[in-house]
Amino acid sequence: MITFDEVTKRYPDGTVAVDRLSLEAPTGEITVLVGPSGCGKTTSLRMINRMIDASEGRILLDGVPVEGIDPPTLRRGIGYVIQQAGLFPHRKIVDNVATVPYLLGWDRRKARDRAMELLERVGLDPSLAGRYPFQLSGGQQQRVGVARALAADPPVLLMDEPFSAVDPIVRTSLQDELLRLQAELNKTIVFVTHDIDEAIKLGDRVAVLRVGGTLAQLADPKTLLSRPADDFVREFLGHDRGIRRLQFVPTSGLELRTDLAVAPGASGPDGEPWHLALTPEGRPAGWVPRDEPERLERYGTFVLGRDSLRSALDAALLSPSGCAVAVDGDGKVVGVATRDALDRALAEAADG
Amino acid sequence: MGSGPPTLWEWIARNWDTGRADSIRNLLLDHLVMSLTPVLFSLLAALPLGLACARWRRLYQPTSGLMNVIYALPSLPVFMLLISVTGLSQTTVIIPLTFYGMAVLIPAVVDGLASVPDHVRQAAVAMGFTPARRLLTVELPIAVPVVLSGLRVVAVSSISLVSVGALIGQGGLGGLFTRAYQNPFTPPVIVGIVLVVALALVADGVLVLAQRLLTPWVRARRPA
Ligand SMILES: Nc1ncnc2c1ncn2[C@@H]1O[C@H](COP(=O)(O)OP(=O)(O)OP(=O)(O)O)[C@@H](O)[C@H]1O
Ligand SMILES: [Mg+2]
Repeated sequence: MITFDEVTKRYPDGTVAVDRLSLEAPTGEITVLVGPSGCGKTTSLRMINRMIDASEGRILLDGVPVEGIDPPTLRRGIGYVIQQAGLFPHRKIVDNVATVPYLLGWDRRKARDRAMELLERVGLDPSLAGRYPFQLSGGQQQRVGVARALAADPPVLLMDEPFSAVDPIVRTSLQDELLRLQAELNKTIVFVTHDIDEAIKLGDRVAVLRVGGTLAQLADPKTLLSRPADDFVREFLGHDRGIRRLQFVPTSGLELRTDLAVAPGASGPDGEPWHLALTPEGRPAGWVPRDEPERLERYGTFVLGRDSLRSALDAALLSPSGCAVAVDGDGKVVGVATRDALDRALAEAADG
Repeated sequence: MGSGPPTLWEWIARNWDTGRADSIRNLLLDHLVMSLTPVLFSLLAALPLGLACARWRRLYQPTSGLMNVIYALPSLPVFMLLISVTGLSQTTVIIPLTFYGMAVLIPAVVDGLASVPDHVRQAAVAMGFTPARRLLTVELPIAVPVVLSGLRVVAVSSISLVSVGALIGQGGLGGLFTRAYQNPFTPPVIVGIVLVVALALVADGVLVLAQRLLTPWVRARRPA
């Protein structure tokens, strides 16, 4: 666990970057520091591994004040990932990843074996090991950065806007990768971003900082979205806070209709403008309008129980019938959520 | 040309190795010693000085100012001045050339270190490099390409400048030029020019090769 105890950082020019910050980053969780530019995120992060020393207050690592630990020793036990990856241009990928094991005096062979293992872990082709960093794409470099930070298996990982320099698609896949890795590794991660969506997606806990380096709110993402502490947080969360909140509302409670899904050849129930035609395997084929039984229209699906109410709503908006198709993990239709059912779920979510 | 090839080759054959100090072979060796010693010395001096200037930026302005003044001094009067201390020896040529080399190499070392991207330096700090290890295994290797291009300039200009020492009797191949300055197209002058240029080309080639071997990560960048 990382503890900030009334930590203040005043730079020599008088700038107060962090102001009496107290927070805890629990072991095995991702704590996200989020806030506008200049609110002291990087400063806070770097005080943990003593790249910057706090002016007042203390930072504890599992109860031990970091100020008492020799910086190089401290840092070798803390993984660090930054925006530009910071890879060494003159070293091959495998040696970049093995940097900290080398520093720790591991046998060269063992360090390289470990590096190869990690490359695979972060989803990189081992054939990249012999390349130099400039021969990799930005997304690949960022993965190498993550592998390098994990090489000596540090319990703590500090990440400073690690994914903000790559395009949105790569960013999404890197985020998913991080969540997958974290499910296996259970590191104590402090993650800095200025992107609230990223914070909500990745954080077990999110600390919103305001300029001047004070803590505006510390909460899990769901609470943050449903009960922002003040106007600053509300504004920072953005206008579509309500919609985003839906991604934390489960679909398991949705009322589904099964009569609207119709086996091949059969006709739909009476009085319904649309029905869902199924394939022989029980997967959706398309929406059929009452008046034109030959037509098949677009449909949207969500995986019942796994996907959020936001996905269900999205699925509904994608089809002309206005209904969302609920499927199981294999893609087989389990029912249909009508507008009415979605409405009732939304009303419940708004209360909760 | 005034002299035909037979005369030229004859002259070379006759003078290549006479056993005297002014045989072509001995002049070539002298030239090598007097031009490459300053390259080596200036590199050895520029490394610590450049590191100090990069570390304490305030040193850089005065140091590079002083070096530029030295660089601007015409070599002949400097030789003359040094004769009173070191006499008509090779040292008299080597000392000023060493300073000229430093004038190029100190900024090269400083620029080379400045070419290390800040995020790379920060990453090294964050991973727990001690300052000395960071300098030796991260910053200096990344500075190598810039320092080597400075070294190429120094090597070539040093090889060319040695000839001036002929005016005080220590010019290596430059000695060939003083023998017949009434007629520039005599065999000694031709041989002198060709050898000096060849020497410069070889030295430059060796450094280019060293650059490729030492910094494969730079070469690979080009075709990519
Ligand atoms: N070395 C320094 N000297 C003086 N002031 C500094 C220094 N480093 C940062 N600051 C100031 O401290 C404040 C916090 O900086 P910090 O880099 O921690 O912000 P940040 O939240 O990481 O911002 P960004 O999102 O832009 O990266 C800013 O006002 C910044 O200008
Ligand atoms: Mg920052």
